[in-house]
Amino acid sequence: MKDRAQNISLSIGGEVHHLQCHPGRRLSDVLRDDLNLKSVKIGCDAGDCGACTVLIDGAQQCACLMPALQAHCCEIETLETAEPDLSQRLQDAFLNHGAAQCGICTPGIMMAAMELLRAAPHPDEAEVQAALGGVLCRCTGYRKIIKAVMAANETTGLRAAQDCAAVGQSIPRLDGRPKVDGSEIFGADHVAPGSLLIRAVRAPMYHADFSFGDTAGWVAERPDVHAVITARDIAGVNAFGVIPPLADQPALAESHIRYLGEPVALVIGDPDVVEALDLSDFPVSWKPRPHSLTEADGAVADAALLHKNRPDNTLICGNVTCGTADAALQDAAHVVSGRFETSYVEHAYIEPEAGAAWMEGGVLTIQACTQAPVMDQEETAKVLGLPPDKVRIIPAAAGGGFGSKLDLTVQPLLGLAVLKTGRPCHMVFSRTESMQASTKRHPGTMQASIGADADGRVTGMVFHGDFNTGAYASWGPTVATRVPVHASGPYRTPNYRATSRAIHTNGPTAGAFRGFGVPQAAITQELLYDDLAEKCGLDRLAFRRLNALADGDKTPSGQVLQAVGLRDCLDALAPHWTRAGEDAAEFNARHADRKRGIGVASCWYGCGNTALSNPSTIRLGITAQARLRLHQGATDIGQGSNTVIAQIAADALGVSVDAVELIGPDTALTPDCGKTSASRQTFITGRAAEAAGQTLRAAILRLTNLSDLTGLELGAGTLTARQDGTHRSIDLTALPVDAHGYVLCAEETYDPPTTALDENGQGTPYAVYGYGAQIAEVEVDLKLGTTKVLHITAAHDVGRAINPLLAEGQIEGGIAQGLGLALMEEYIPGQTEDLHNYLIPTIGDMPPVTSLLIEKPDPEGPMGAKGLGEHVLIPTAPAILNAIRDACGAKITKVPALPHRVLAAMKAAR
Amino acid sequence: MTDRHLYQRPDTLSDALSLLASGGWQVAAGCTDIFPATQRKVLDGPTLDITGIADLRGITRTDKGLRIGATTTWTDIIKADLPAAFDGLKLAAREVGAMQIQNRGTLAGNLCNASPAADGVPPLLVLDAQVEISSPEGVQTLPLAAFITGPRQTALAPTDLVSAIHIPVASMDGRSHFLKLGARKYLVISVAMTAARIVVTDGVVTQAALAVGSCGPVATRLPEVEAQLIGQPVDASLVTDAAVARAIAPIDDIRADATYRTEGAAELLRRTVDAVS
Repeated sequence: MKDRAQNISLSIGGEVHHLQCHPGRRLSDVLRDDLNLKSVKIGCDAGDCGACTVLIDGAQQCACLMPALQAHCCEIETLETAEPDLSQRLQDAFLNHGAAQCGICTPGIMMAAMELLRAAPHPDEAEVQAALGGVLCRCTGYRKIIKAVMAANETTGLRAAQDCAAVGQSIPRLDGRPKVDGSEIFGADHVAPGSLLIRAVRAPMYHADFSFGDTAGWVAERPDVHAVITARDIAGVNAFGVIPPLADQPALAESHIRYLGEPVALVIGDPDVVEALDLSDFPVSWKPRPHSLTEADGAVADAALLHKNRPDNTLICGNVTCGTADAALQDAAHVVSGRFETSYVEHAYIEPEAGAAWMEGGVLTIQACTQAPVMDQEETAKVLGLPPDKVRIIPAAAGGGFGSKLDLTVQPLLGLAVLKTGRPCHMVFSRTESMQASTKRHPGTMQASIGADADGRVTGMVFHGDFNTGAYASWGPTVATRVPVHASGPYRTPNYRATSRAIHTNGPTAGAFRGFGVPQAAITQELLYDDLAEKCGLDRLAFRRLNALADGDKTPSGQVLQAVGLRDCLDALAPHWTRAGEDAAEFNARHADRKRGIGVASCWYGCGNTALSNPSTIRLGITAQARLRLHQGATDIGQGSNTVIAQIAADALGVSVDAVELIGPDTALTPDCGKTSASRQTFITGRAAEAAGQTLRAAILRLTNLSDLTGLELGAGTLTARQDGTHRSIDLTALPVDAHGYVLCAEETYDPPTTALDENGQGTPYAVYGYGAQIAEVEVDLKLGTTKVLHITAAHDVGRAINPLLAEGQIEGGIAQGLGLALMEEYIPGQTEDLHNYLIPTIGDMPPVTSLLIEKPDPEGPMGAKGLGEHVLIPTAPAILNAIRDACGAKITKVPALPHRVLAAMKAAR
Repeated sequence: MTDRHLYQRPDTLSDALSLLASGGWQVAAGCTDIFPATQRKVLDGPTLDITGIADLRGITRTDKGLRIGATTTWTDIIKADLPAAFDGLKLAAREVGAMQIQNRGTLAGNLCNASPAADGVPPLLVLDAQVEISSPEGVQTLPLAAFITGPRQTALAPTDLVSAIHIPVASMDGRSHFLKLGARKYLVISVAMTAARIVVTDGVVTQAALAVGSCGPVATRLPEVEAQLIGQPVDASLVTDAAVARAIAPIDDIRADATYRTEGAAELLRRTVDAVS
């Protein structure tokens, strides 16, 4: 390939660069690799995501679709090099509006926006949508992006934090600048000098036995291939997992593959050579076995077992029982029943899995995208046969996660390659590899019956869900336990039996995805609630309010609740419900072929791991130079922990949030804050941060002999503490330095008080729950079955909004994913392995959102706060589906509600 | 020719044709289909990049009608000053992917890729587009309907190059419209799409051209339905479900089932006709 190089001149930011490169290389790679313009992100290499959008002679282009030679003598602008003034205004606008979360799509979005802003300095919403329609964002739900672009040319700087308590302020994210200026280091952005590229040989079928041929000979014929690694090279335990007793997933399959795309070997060598290799001639032969792809097929009596020790392909069953559900249904005045199916849903973060690894002082150092650094460290060490302290995990910025980057991906493969070759190595999944090999949302087949008395009070519910957990255990057990705990919805259900089963198939492994099965269960329950409200003759919102859980109520798990803000949410929605209903009726009176409808659904969600210890530890230290450092081990995958945890720590200590310097996450530098999952970080790490701040504050009070602090300043080796009129200064340079390098330091751990669940699922699975409810307004085309979501009104009880701007960002982003779940997302193994055939919402699909933040403080939460990240997705799909039914009568029983399904359901309803 | 890394970008059509004559080339222009088709970082070749041939890009009036050069992009179409008969083509151009794709993708590439869901085919079918094929032996033109012979199949020989698309003068009358049905806004492969061009003289339809895409192996005109419209005032209700169903051959796929496509295409076509009235 190198001998085919040509001279190519690229004009970038006014400077002409003369390169020698192959004319048919993707421009995106040339910009990233040859010119180090890493703001150009690679999300799909197919023009489907727009992350690599650059301006070529002023017009937006996907750099991944442009052969380098076509850019010869063109003027190219990337985020690093584009017009500095406009770039600065856009950056500040994005930060002020919370328009960047993970930041992976941000450079592409901003380049598209720049083209627009030059032509239309004050664009309207439609213009922004048209200009940005080709860039996908999976985090934000686009609404804040639209606002930021519209406001860019009026933006005069970054909004500063007000000089008062940080908690409650919408301060721009503290880690935001690198996300908006393109300098953030994601998994693919750091490659050590001399690093070798790793590619995986993957299974081309769903289920097979395999054996290798002459791999040594294959390597010998390819001098630039340094090594091939197979399972035989694995020194440790070739089975990882997120739940140690069930760890079952090989880093490289040994002789049996269980899903399409499972890796069996690694090829490592010179990046240019390995990248170009055709791996289809790798010496491996496959002997196909029968396979199953659905929970129904996996559960049939004669289905082949995926794991010998798991009879009936059953990974686990879950159960929560209270009262006498069958009798309650028998005695109920009204009973409704239904069966619902959901599909595999792909996380579709814009950053495919990627990372780099190298040896540093005898320690294997892995910098890769992740949501769970300490688990990565433990599981990777186990696979490699190393002690955990010989593995260091530095989380790269994660370009979206949503649950899937909780599982190990590139980490053990990077480790194997570095240990084998003794060289730094890197690995980047292609979009198709990412979609084949990453976990998915569990498809579910759920049946339920719910009964109510003559007054409309729910008396009992029976639920069963079969979930397709795919090839390996991953988070299947968590889904199977969380679903029965939550399947009642946040409603009093005195008699209840909910069961679940996680069934292995040869589909992709289903794991964690925002909500852990609860969104699927909520579709079942909330759609049946509309049926039940109708039978009871009650307004749908009023029916939900009548049954809403309140303080002192018992959950089906027997837990007595406190700080339940659901009624507050429903009350806040009530005027919007009335308005939306009137709007729809008015529209419907004027239109025959299109009808509007409204729907409502609620959510509850326990924050933290289910009935398990899951502590977080925060260290807060002050150096002799008066630097305040927050060792924050919670990975911020865009949701905002780096900002929210700092806000909590600053207020607990009594300093301005500006004084806080963030350290980590990094397993060598930060204590364990557990996983970024289960909506636990604001609550659990927040509590640890609050405690660390308070402990440090107490230490300062002791040192200064003050009884309270009204001010605390750090400067030039001195700490000055104020109490009203008096102040005391401490010479920090005179204090002894501890092992962490601090003169004052506090380290605190918080583990939520939970209990194990008994055989009936009774106990205290979570210490804190969050609540919410959403109204969807939709318009359905009666002839074509297409649905347009017009507006979502979302009320969420967050206990205390630590940062309202970031909380709204979570709400809008969750709604976008809920909208996708409801209307378009359906991962079909072997068919939708790219972002061309797998559809997620674009900027044109996302309606305006009205967020109502309800604050009913939880005594257990930090400053009253509850989790939010997953809650927000749960009500969206059922609210939309209920609105579709309200509009056109279509009872949807399988999501996504693609137009053909809506039209068929409309006909069935006639 | 075995060197898959060979990449040529000639300046003239004759140079391109000489190279093609040696065989084995993949012709590249906007690369919006061929780059996604390879998962690799370099175009699998040998690649003949025709974007360096200035004469192949642009829209020109000729005495026979309108000539759209092979490397004319969708954005070029959107920006061009064209008669109302091309409104449908412009609407289709705005529905091709999103702006990044419209800025790169070419009309001729869309035809050569021959996807059953190619956005450009129905609006060009209703313009009676002719495909100009250049080869070392000379130039010939084929009606678009004869050019696309099946899904991902064309009448193009390995040594041929599409050099232009011609729209005959006689087909540049009237008004046109285009509708695309998909599961999301932007960047979407259609479930069905329809195009219509209608000429009304003295209150009645004197020319009617209708086409449906994504509802069969190739997009198709609907002569039976077109005939129904002739001689009447524009009336979308003359587009019957039965007649549309007879003209198309949809399949079930991940985006929709065949039953839905049949009904949806008829409804979409009625709306398209209605929009031209």
